[in-house]
Amino acid sequence: MERMEQSPLAIYLAHLEKGELAYQWSPEAGKAVFYPRVVCPFTGSDRLEWRVSAGLGTVYATTVVHPAREGAPYNVALIDCDEGFRLMSRVEDLPPEAVRIGMRVKFRVHRPGGDEPSYPVFVPAEGA
Amino acid sequence: MDGLQRGAAAIVGVAESDIGAVAQDMSPIDLMAQGIHRALGDCGLALRDVDGLICATAQSRTSGLALAEYLGISPTYIDSTILGGSSFMFHVAHAQAALQLGVCKVAVIAYGSTQRTIGRRHASVREYNPYETPFRPFLPSTAYALAASRHMHQYGTTREQLAAVAVAAREWALLNPVAWEKKPLTIAEVLSARMISYPFTVRDCCLVTDGGGAVIMTTAARARSLKKPPVYVLGCGQAITHANISSMPDLTVTGAVPSGRAAYAMAKLGAKDIDVVELYDAFTINTILFLEDLGFCAKGEGGSFVEGGRTAPKGSLPVNTNGGGLSYCHPGMYGLFLLIEATRQLRGECGARQVADCETAIAHGNGGVLSSQSTVILGSAATI
Repeated sequence: MERMEQSPLAIYLAHLEKGELAYQWSPEAGKAVFYPRVVCPFTGSDRLEWRVSAGLGTVYATTVVHPAREGAPYNVALIDCDEGFRLMSRVEDLPPEAVRIGMRVKFRVHRPGGDEPSYPVFVPAEGA
Repeated sequence: MDGLQRGAAAIVGVAESDIGAVAQDMSPIDLMAQGIHRALGDCGLALRDVDGLICATAQSRTSGLALAEYLGISPTYIDSTILGGSSFMFHVAHAQAALQLGVCKVAVIAYGSTQRTIGRRHASVREYNPYETPFRPFLPSTAYALAASRHMHQYGTTREQLAAVAVAAREWALLNPVAWEKKPLTIAEVLSARMISYPFTVRDCCLVTDGGGAVIMTTAARARSLKKPPVYVLGCGQAITHANISSMPDLTVTGAVPSGRAAYAMAKLGAKDIDVVELYDAFTINTILFLEDLGFCAKGEGGSFVEGGRTAPKGSLPVNTNGGGLSYCHPGMYGLFLLIEATRQLRGECGARQVADCETAIAHGNGGVLSSQSTVILGSAATI
């Protein structure tokens, strides 16, 4: 067997660094796979292709976290991307309590800086 | 579950360890041992009779080793499966399998936690998940809040209906002398309490207490010779749907559906046959989800079902009669206490909160973030 040169996470993060939201596609299942893996959870196969999402999705579930001590309330949401995968994220550019289930949203890369890796956030995408 | 026989094993002894806020520097293993000692006293067995040792705690990676050493025993069957708060319902099925096969003759299931004393952060260290941790979900609350948001969106469930779950739990707790909470609670007080993760205030969330306990199981034949009436294991079921909330297939439908179905099939009973209902209420949405998924009401109707005190002490369906994780005790992995309360209800030992004519009980465990579901149906001698 061939040794893997890069972990699924490393490939995913490398795409994010380029401003892309990557996911995997299982050709045998005909389904998107997220989070990225070595083995497909639908078929058990290791045949998984990398694809880049168009970045459009819909809010599936949403909450506002109220920190006990310091810091402002913030949004945590689950986003259903149009390609058929779901991920945890947050919706920015509006108050956290204004995020609604069913809202159309678009991906944007967030670069926290320092040693922290980039991660995907979403912003409202009316009409998309 | 295939292979397990209805009524072949029984719970014969139950006990809580010290609960609430325990003495400084008590360890989780101290609490397990204390629970086992008390539960053995409850059924008249001795430590030398125990040859099956099953336990779980978030505070020890190899709790089975630690507990066997502590007790000075060398069990023939040992199991420290840990799947979150439902672990102990999984343990009941494992214990029954071992008892049926003769791998052991007396099995104990034990739990201990000192999370209140040492702090939740130290008791249950969160693993880093690169696909969730950056978004700072306040786990587990945020995961359950996401499920609640979806239920509210799809079915019109309201914050008042969620609060009704907490109020009913509190009314039961006021009838339980060892419950943590001692004061009445109103819907308005739940709604106006400190917000944690919308729609949950702190009153929609389980307590953070210490605690532990033990359950003793043996074969049905041996159970009939012991001190107290046996409580028979009629049905077991289990299902795992995900580990992280972002991988849960549908946030409004839990693995309690297949878990309950399997347990009912083994027990040859349905929801309508259950006299007392013990559901893992880590958050108010749990009770609503599990009432639906275990067939006590239709999907989407859990919110209206809990209105008007239907699950409270004078209601038509007794649910979480000890006061639940919301008002009685919640040391982090609460499932064992559901088995203890269901057993006591079936024995008629519950005093002011005793449910009349109680012959069947369901104890439904939940673990992780709605991740692992396990259902145990118990019955008195009248059900055999």
